[in-house]
Amino acid sequence: MPDMSAGNQRLSISQTIGRWLIYAVLILFALYFLLPWIVMLLTSVKTMADIRTGNLISFPREFTLEAWKSAWSGACIGVKCGGIKAYFFNSVKMAVPAVAISTLIGAVNGYVFSKWRFRGSEMIFSLLLIGCFIPFQVILLPMARTLGNLGLAQSLSGLILVHVVYGVAFTTLFFRNFYVGIPTELVNAARIDGAGFFRIFFRIMLPVSKPIFVVCIIWQTTQIWNDFLFGVVFSSGDTQPVTVALNNLVNTSTGVKRYNVDMAAAIIAAFPTLLVYIVAGKYFVRGLTAGAVKG
Amino acid sequence: MMKSIADKLERQLPRLVLAPTVLAIMVFVYGFILWTAWVSFTNSTLLPKYEFQGFFQYVKLFGNDRWWVACQNLAIFGSLFIFICIALGLLLAILLDQRIRCEGAIRAVYLYPMALSFIVTGTAWKWMLNPSLGLERLMHQFGFTGFTFDWLVNSEMSIYTVVIAGVWQSTGFVMAMFLAGLRGIDDAIIQAAQVDGAGLPRIYRCIIIPSLRPVFFSSIIILSHIAIKSFDLVVALTSGGPGYSSDLPATFMYAFAFNRNRLGFGAASAMVMFGAVMGIIVPYLYSELRGKKHA
Repeated sequence: MPDMSAGNQRLSISQTIGRWLIYAVLILFALYFLLPWIVMLLTSVKTMADIRTGNLISFPREFTLEAWKSAWSGACIGVKCGGIKAYFFNSVKMAVPAVAISTLIGAVNGYVFSKWRFRGSEMIFSLLLIGCFIPFQVILLPMARTLGNLGLAQSLSGLILVHVVYGVAFTTLFFRNFYVGIPTELVNAARIDGAGFFRIFFRIMLPVSKPIFVVCIIWQTTQIWNDFLFGVVFSSGDTQPVTVALNNLVNTSTGVKRYNVDMAAAIIAAFPTLLVYIVAGKYFVRGLTAGAVKG
Repeated sequence: MMKSIADKLERQLPRLVLAPTVLAIMVFVYGFILWTAWVSFTNSTLLPKYEFQGFFQYVKLFGNDRWWVACQNLAIFGSLFIFICIALGLLLAILLDQRIRCEGAIRAVYLYPMALSFIVTGTAWKWMLNPSLGLERLMHQFGFTGFTFDWLVNSEMSIYTVVIAGVWQSTGFVMAMFLAGLRGIDDAIIQAAQVDGAGLPRIYRCIIIPSLRPVFFSSIIILSHIAIKSFDLVVALTSGGPGYSSDLPATFMYAFAFNRNRLGFGAASAMVMFGAVMGIIVPYLYSELRGKKHA
């Protein structure tokens, strides 16, 4: 930033007021961003009676984890009353292979696009890039039919396939942009020494790829875990991911609404990606900007 | 002899490695788009029919009230969402760029909503904006008994609740992009302006903000892309209601293609969305790729 106070140590009164104002605005916005999360946490540990008499930010008069227990293993979603536990593990079973496969394919693809260009490879890359941006509505109908023909309709394997196919464009982009920055002389020297395609990949590229793997894995995990559209279209009943189950829990109104259970379920559904963000926020931001700005 | 075959294979290896991806993209992206395009020209309902029937689905689409509500909502949502995200994002980035203590912590707070899924965000805001127990109750208990806030169930206002939640989720991301842009500005230019006696507001208005033009550009592209694809947020927050007053094209497409089994009609709406996104993305990618070659 432009440093106006360089040279004179003492801040004038108006500058001091200015600083306070800046902090006030920043903290106000921090509260605004935190508020929904605080409200969710507070609501999830209240009783329904407490919710009806209190307000959004009132402290629970009686602290209880009943809602959490119910959200995890008791609440009714559709006709089943087993909470979101099973759906949470569906998401795990879907995200882990989908992230692993799409990341590995992306790594090899990015390596080709950056270090083994051939005639037409740039063209292919552009075609791939557009795949990052299509509105998925345009492929939902044929995909549903194709999964049906493959015998993968409404299955976790089907969902994994979908996430891999439409995730590869992004992962390839990540790795390609990263590998472009690695000196090609390194690759050429190895080639002269007789090293082949895979040898160079495993010996030279992979050892330096750790940061981009982290970025890519985080990006894919968030995307796939948070996906709703594919989940709601390509799965049903027992195979639904946690986002779909959460939405069913919140939006099917049979009986009395239990807002505390809704909130606990929402926190559980958000927990993995939030954890990733807290642990590796730096890489998360890098992925966002790399994926978006360098589109 | 053997060696030359191995050599040839080795030379073809990059293409071979890329082949599965290329095949997948050709089928699952471009093939599927063509399929959807074709079906949009047919009279398909529950099952696809392949006789060409001309543009009548598009004629029906643009004669459909609900579609116009969805498009109008997209215009309202899209413009407000983009404008507010950019205005707030820029403001917060500039404030954060003033050598703030605990900058990292504040930034992390602004950005965490990006790690949540739109379903979780929708669930949280649905509760916050709950007409009887949410913000309204809070204000009543603070003594503002005349305060009413019923946007969620008010068909005139429901789309604005989507704006509120969308802005909450995406502002931090825009802030991060602007902050990266601000940090990339050459200090020498700013110091020169200071030497010439320009004040801080003037430096921001005349030098810093204009030099962030590429960030404005990519933010607008990314945000409009998010807006057109918005589906989860509406589903979780309002389910498109009351009635269909907060429908967006994405929820419209889902409702007709999957709930009402009107394949041809749904395909037509998907193709219109596709056209809109391509109209924004292709020129952007073109300028990005061209820009890189010139650089």
